[in-house]
Amino acid sequence: MSNIFVWIEQTNGAAESIAWEAMTAARVVADGLGGNVVALVLGDGVDALAQQAIQRGANSAIVANDATLKAFRLEAYAAVVAKAAQGAAAVLMGTSQRGLELSAAVAAHLGAGLAADCVDVAVVGGQIVASRPGLVGNVMAKVTMSGPSVISMRKRVLPAAEVDAARTGAAAQVGAVLAEANLASKVVGIEAKAVTEVSLTDARIVVSGGRATAGSPGFAPVKALADALGGALGASRAAVDAGWIPYAHQVGQTGKTVQPDLYIACGISGAIQHLAGMKTSKLIVAINKDPEAPIFKYAHYGLVGDMNQILPALTAEVKKRLS
Amino acid sequence: MNIIALIKQTPDTAKLSRTLNGLQLMADGQPRIVNPWDEYTLETALRLKEKHGGKKVTALCLGNPESIEALRTAIAMGADEAILINDAALANADSLGTARALAAAIKKIGAYDIIVGGRSAIDGNMGATAVQVATLLGVPMLSYVAALNAVNGGAKSISVVRAMEYGRETVTSTLPCVMTVVKEIAEPRYPNFMGIRKASKAVIPTWKLADLGLSAADVAAKVTWAVDLPPTRDTNVEMIQGSPAEQAKALVDKLMAAKII
Ligand SMILES: Cc1cc2nc3c(=O)[nH]c(=O)nc-3n(C[C@H](O)[C@H](O)[C@H](O)COP(=O)(O)OP(=O)(O)OC[C@H]3O[C@@H](n4cnc5c(N)ncnc54)[C@H](O)[C@@H]3O)c2cc1C
Ligand SMILES: Nc1ncnc2c1ncn2[C@@H]1O[C@H](COP(=O)(O)O)[C@@H](O)[C@H]1O
Repeated sequence: MSNIFVWIEQTNGAAESIAWEAMTAARVVADGLGGNVVALVLGDGVDALAQQAIQRGANSAIVANDATLKAFRLEAYAAVVAKAAQGAAAVLMGTSQRGLELSAAVAAHLGAGLAADCVDVAVVGGQIVASRPGLVGNVMAKVTMSGPSVISMRKRVLPAAEVDAARTGAAAQVGAVLAEANLASKVVGIEAKAVTEVSLTDARIVVSGGRATAGSPGFAPVKALADALGGALGASRAAVDAGWIPYAHQVGQTGKTVQPDLYIACGISGAIQHLAGMKTSKLIVAINKDPEAPIFKYAHYGLVGDMNQILPALTAEVKKRLS
Repeated sequence: MNIIALIKQTPDTAKLSRTLNGLQLMADGQPRIVNPWDEYTLETALRLKEKHGGKKVTALCLGNPESIEALRTAIAMGADEAILINDAALANADSLGTARALAAAIKKIGAYDIIVGGRSAIDGNMGATAVQVATLLGVPMLSYVAALNAVNGGAKSISVVRAMEYGRETVTSTLPCVMTVVKEIAEPRYPNFMGIRKASKAVIPTWKLADLGLSAADVAAKVTWAVDLPPTRDTNVEMIQGSPAEQAKALVDKLMAAKII
């Protein structure tokens, strides 16, 4: 019976939603190969996550509680995961920044094949097949894995595994592998993001503005709609390069890749480099004064007109209906 | 301090257009560039030399014979030396095979203090190779570096700021180490005339697997892949007409019916 491991990413003892999405992928692989899912919980004081992982679909859990694992440090985490997952058929996790580096390091430790940032995973004829975009979304690679495999799944492509309170399983404790004295890197400080800011990559709704936000009234109408919808604020590179909004908001090839349930593109033409970051959004709405703008080829709903008139009307309508 | 910059050559995605799709762009003979993220790799390596007491910058690339052009660009920007790793057995290398060959080449180069890599390569989009190089060499990995606070070659220590999803993290480490950098780190410079002249004359050695003490089996790919165009979605766009107020109402109706809001 093969074991499929899944890393339960957590911050300050709370599981990240991406971990439960990875659980969904782990179940697909385990059910396809005929194996068990083992949840890997690493941190300091994170015992409670073991039962949560079991209720979400793991057959059992391995817990490493140690002061050296309190903050995520690649070397410390990779050593524990690689030791626990020795002989595993597959190790899965989400493609957060931490998951991306952990999956790479674990694959190197295990001598395993790696498929990072996948948008789909399946078992076909006894082999794991993962799909992943390349060339900034302009090609799709079907990766066939043999032998031990490490896979990270892009955020928000799979539903989170549901809680089933009736599920039970055993949790085993293991120790850290590297002592503090053997860890070269120290986290000196973390300047956390303001909690009021909605993370672009986590957002269910993203409202983005393009070059057309130039001058007055600028980004304000775009932000007003994002706020009314409880969404995050995105931008095209043209808007970022012009200095109208910080780079952290840029969506596209040289910015962030987002996959929200709803993406509203305001005054964005739909250049290939921008599409690379948002075209897999579940529903796309485009607002543009040019009916020939390429963005309309990718949109589900199109509104032709001046965004500076449409956006305030939309914000007012959303507020009215949601109140 | 000796600095090694890991750079990859990739297709030039700025050339993508409605008549040139991703598959066509990947074919031989299409325009190639230094992986855009590795322009930041090179800039960081050069700054480590110029501002933080570095001695030498070596650009290292695993690729096909044409990749020598990416290394010439690196020299034109200011790298002191460049080395190409090329071997028929690496033609379909996966990230671990690539990392094994790069790590072996780094050991052959010998004295190194900081290895710099990019956030990801825009073709394969793995974001893995530099991390795997660090793991194979057994040295600390500092990824997503957005700023260098302090670099001390003598005391073999470094302090950096990492741009993380959850905030900015200040981390210290010992040297040698591997780091990957993000766009914020510095604006890449353009090659100048002197640099371009130097690059055109530079002798760039090519190392084969045998030069690295590796066999084809050591770097054999663990995964195989087939590349295709991404599935097209039939988004038959529905145009919503009317005055702004009418458009707004119609759109919100649809979003509420779809339970998105
Ligand atoms: C290597 C490379 C990497 C790149 N990476 C990225 C990236 O990561 N992300 C990215 O976004 N771009 C990226 N780009 C740039 C990209 O190619 C486009 O230049 C950019 O996306 C254009 O932004 P835009 O749509 O806002 O501007 P434009 O293309 O100028 O479009 C503006 C649109 O707004 C419409 N408009 C104007 N005024 C109004 C109004 N009042 N109401 C309604 N509509 C209006 C116009 O009809 C037009 O369609 C990259 C380019 C290169 C070469
Ligand atoms: N073939 C290669 N030669 C040199 N460096 C590479 C190569 N492939 C990847 N790298 C380095 O690793 C980084 C991440 O690449 P990747 O893991 O392919 O996304 C790149 O930005 C480079 O710094």
